[in-house]
Amino acid sequence: MASAPSSSEPAPAESRVADPGVRAGELHLPAAARELVKIVVVGPFGVGKTTLIDSVSEIRPLHTEEHLTQASTTVDDLDGVRDKKTTTVAIDFGRITLGGETVLYLFGTPGQERFRALWADIAYGALGALVLVDSRRLDASFDVLGLVEESGLTYAVAVNTFPDSHHYPEEQLRESLDLAPDTPLVECDARDRNSSVDALLALVEHLIDLNARAVAGEVRS
Amino acid sequence: MRSHRSGRPLVPAYLSTSGVARPSRNSLERLSVLTSTAGPVFGDLPAAQHALLQSLEGGSLTVVEAAALLRLPVSAVRVLAAALIDQGLVTARPPVPPAAQPDHDLLKRVADGLRALKL
Repeated sequence: MASAPSSSEPAPAESRVADPGVRAGELHLPAAARELVKIVVVGPFGVGKTTLIDSVSEIRPLHTEEHLTQASTTVDDLDGVRDKKTTTVAIDFGRITLGGETVLYLFGTPGQERFRALWADIAYGALGALVLVDSRRLDASFDVLGLVEESGLTYAVAVNTFPDSHHYPEEQLRESLDLAPDTPLVECDARDRNSSVDALLALVEHLIDLNARAVAGEVRS
Repeated sequence: MRSHRSGRPLVPAYLSTSGVARPSRNSLERLSVLTSTAGPVFGDLPAAQHALLQSLEGGSLTVVEAAALLRLPVSAVRVLAAALIDQGLVTARPPVPPAAQPDHDLLKRVADGLRALKL
């Protein structure tokens, strides 16, 4: 983990995205890798999905170009996202080897309604979803939360803090986003590795809780 | 966020599979692990199949990694990989062994692994 990004000055996204010259040898799976699991990082355009993936991934985030149906070719809402000039349907992903046999993949996925088919394919088999929210544009996340809930995937919500973000009390955020009382809601700085890891941990610990509760329920009945 | 610096791929995705739109098998997930069997290649492989086979020299890749590497859509790599599997040149295994579906132990390993990442 020698090349941890500094928390304050992330490299511009442009230079961190894998260049097309990436070689197979740099990507081959560790021979010991036995279980490959994934978490979907989902949120509207510009919310910081790739930034979060980049801050924890051991490889530079890669991307695949995904084909969408015609219904998806409408213009994306870029309100309040000043630095984002283009949108693509590229799906970014990163990889983290966790100990010997377990490899975690993070897939950044737009969660808007029109990505439904793509979302279903990417979310298939995922442990859960980390929903990334920009508190300056909460309404942009409603679609996303709807899609995630409908898919039945367990999720946690992380509010990515931007320099000009309002700080809302947790109660207010929960109410605005209509979150269940036990859904984890954390603040995170997607540029910061520890902060991003904590957000992922909030999800995984929630999964462990639910799992334990399900097991306890089975025992009781 | 990302530019198409080197332009569009020389070969469009639909040609990479010779026009085949659906894989010959349905079991390939994004994280299915592709491994070359290093078996003998009889005759000439289509260029895109050959490129995929080459990317597996010296190690395994997931479907999605191969797609990123070859700059092809995941759907196209599914078709190519299925063709190579049919020819016995590549094997695929599911991301998680069927016996170890997301259970408590797996989740614990993920949580512990994540904690260990913190600086």
